[in-house]
Amino acid sequence: MSALTVIYALLLYAATFILIAGLVYRINLYARTPAPLKIPTTPAPTSVPGVVLRMLGELVLFTSLFKGNKPTWIFGWLFHFSLLLVLLGHLRYFVEPVWAWVAVAQQLGVYAGSAMLLGLAGLWLRRIVVDRVRYISAPSDHLMLALLASIAATGVVMRTASPTDIVAVKAFVLGLLVFDWHPLPGDGFLVTHLLLVAVLMIVFPFSKLLHAPAVFFSPTRVQVDDPREKRHLASWAADLESPRR
Amino acid sequence: MAAPEFRTPELKPYPEIPVVVEGTMAHSQPYVAPPEHQQPLGYPGELVEDWQRVAIDKMGELVAKYRSLQVFLDACVKCGACSDKCHYFLGTGDPKNMPVARQDLFRKVYRRYYTLSGKYLPWLVGAEDLTKEVLDDWYRYFHQCSECRRCSVYCPYGIDTAEITMAAREIMASIGLGQKYSNEIIAKVYKLGNNLGLPQPALADTLEGLEEDVEEETGVRVRYPLDEAGAEVLLVTPSADFFAEPQVDGLIGYGKVLHQAGISWTLSSHASEAANFGLFVGSYQNMRKVALRIREAALELGVKRIVFGECGHAWRVAYSFLNTLAGPFDFLDSRYPVPQHIVEVTHDLVKRGALTLDSSANDERRVTFHDSCNIARASRMGNIPGGQFVLPREVLSAVCNHVYDMRADTIGEATYCCGGGGGLLTDDLLELRVKGALPRMQALKEVVDRHDVTHLVAICAICKSQFAKVLPYYGFEMDQILSLHQLVGDAVVLGTKQ
Ligand code: HEM
Ligand code: SF4
Ligand code: SF4
Repeated sequence: MSALTVIYALLLYAATFILIAGLVYRINLYARTPAPLKIPTTPAPTSVPGVVLRMLGELVLFTSLFKGNKPTWIFGWLFHFSLLLVLLGHLRYFVEPVWAWVAVAQQLGVYAGSAMLLGLAGLWLRRIVVDRVRYISAPSDHLMLALLASIAATGVVMRTASPTDIVAVKAFVLGLLVFDWHPLPGDGFLVTHLLLVAVLMIVFPFSKLLHAPAVFFSPTRVQVDDPREKRHLASWAADLESPRR
Repeated sequence: MAAPEFRTPELKPYPEIPVVVEGTMAHSQPYVAPPEHQQPLGYPGELVEDWQRVAIDKMGELVAKYRSLQVFLDACVKCGACSDKCHYFLGTGDPKNMPVARQDLFRKVYRRYYTLSGKYLPWLVGAEDLTKEVLDDWYRYFHQCSECRRCSVYCPYGIDTAEITMAAREIMASIGLGQKYSNEIIAKVYKLGNNLGLPQPALADTLEGLEEDVEEETGVRVRYPLDEAGAEVLLVTPSADFFAEPQVDGLIGYGKVLHQAGISWTLSSHASEAANFGLFVGSYQNMRKVALRIREAALELGVKRIVFGECGHAWRVAYSFLNTLAGPFDFLDSRYPVPQHIVEVTHDLVKRGALTLDSSANDERRVTFHDSCNIARASRMGNIPGGQFVLPREVLSAVCNHVYDMRADTIGEATYCCGGGGGLLTDDLLELRVKGALPRMQALKEVVDRHDVTHLVAICAICKSQFAKVLPYYGFEMDQILSLHQLVGDAVVLGTKQ
């Protein structure tokens, strides 16, 4: 077993652990923190199914962002949905035999990867060119785009200019899943790609990427507009209610 | 106050997004509350010695108590969708008035003390210590937010800068750095029951005067009762309605509507104020204490319903929070929502044909309706989402023949704050108020040019005072702002229904 294989196997285990543990901690924190007041941004749905619809719109179409800024919406949507497609395509490394729909997603891989790069480029350009967005950007905001773009770029290169040994990669990944390690090909693009992915997984629970789980807990979006019908009382607010007339 | 030393922004043919110019509003800040306005609210009289530690602890406490804060502080991706949505940014170009930058004043401190990345890599994620300079910025820019929630409409995660502003203000009040205007008013409510500090006899006098005026004008004895036990409705209205112009004409209108509908009602001297500035300070405890007066008054007077007069943030607290803060209201008539808005009452009467209306009484007026921010984005009227936009307009159309809406991206959920909400309606912030009114004035100018609109109609005491003050800066007259129920009152035909 090469040192490279061992290092990468351990790195990916660690990254997976940090990602999952970090997310569980964070999601638990959001779920546990009380929301003492009803603050949906109105007009808001007056029932739970209504809220589900509102959230589907936010998750699938980015409805609020659409109202807010069209260029950001186009590039942001392009980036996220090609990312989703790419992630689904990557399932082919994790299942054997490969499901038919995963095979389709993976066929589109190069296009999705390129679309992802285009989306990221648009977002990055906006961050540099628009004075307001430039003002609010910290180094981490640029680095995050750089990280994702590098992952996408190395991925696209491996699908086009410099193919990697896919069969060996699959053996490596499947091996990781059952703790039966197989050698990782020493291809420079592949090694870089995986390193950056591990970095992404590690920073995820400590960075603004938390927007993905957080959106499900945003009171202004997920609360039902029914304060007159149902009394809403958080635990710490209930404690203030000493006996009263 | 000294004469204004600023230039009123120009109304351009088309609205423009300003370029970022740092520090244009760095000089704007309200007077600090003296000890006598701090202590009745449970806050220290002046800046405590170890303010930094106290502030950081308070921050941790609030973040643990409010899911909104916890989620909003983590979720922002700095996409910038909100960056051109705030009227104060549009009117000043100061980048710290961009909602996300305003949040970042808070977020950078939160990151520094409460996140791993901020603790070890502050330069990377823009984390900063809570220094005196940062505190100064907080005091300035968290008093340049009217908590109007316009930014939250456009944010992909619904991040509401108002929540951050409220938390920041509560932290500042807790270290002894309160804002004079809001805290003085809350202290007055505790002492006398209303924001203006009107004692019961003065209130009784004023209402008697109103009855005489209305009788003189109409020949009908319309009553404006105070503290009448056994009335069906307790009307809770902003104290500005008792004598400020144009608010008082609205109060006259409510009285005429209730008189014609045969609904017995009363005001309460104990709860002679609908406003709840506890909201502006972000203090649950103070908001609750102010709200409980209304429960007490309702019990004391034995009423069956609670109805709120025209006031924006008061309606937010009433509609969204009253049940939480001061409920349950199981002692009231369950056939009516608790509380109700006067527009809901009037709308229902209009729809049922229970009022005789002569809309030609308002023929001299060509009007447009200003959606108040708190009503638009933090409450509802009627039983369908968005009823807060429909009901007032239907009432308005029933009493006036010339109604024109402003540009669609300046009304409804996209409405602009008047510029004076959220505890900023004070002369020490006049420049901010004038500049923050720019987007609304721009939209008003458009309907004035296109449809010869003569009046702006509002259902919020703060909006009304703010517009009366700022309209002249933009070349309009101060009396071009009207109460919705003034138009209703003018159109209601008094006497037995024909
Ligand atoms: C529930 C799933 C998710 C939703 C609803 C969501 C939604 C959004 C939205 C609406 C934006 C703002 C627009 C934009 O800048 O693109 C955004 C930004 C961003 N998202 Fe997501 N996202 C999700 C998951 C993810 C994941 C899994 C990643 C990365 C692994 C990611 C990475 C980013 C990045 C880096 C930005 C900032 C882009 C910039 O700098 O402009 N998102 N997300
Ligand atoms: S709540 Fe209103 S005033 Fe405050 S930042 Fe958002 S848009 Fe501006
Ligand atoms: S719209 Fe929301 S996520 Fe985007 S910068 Fe503003 S607050 Fe942050």
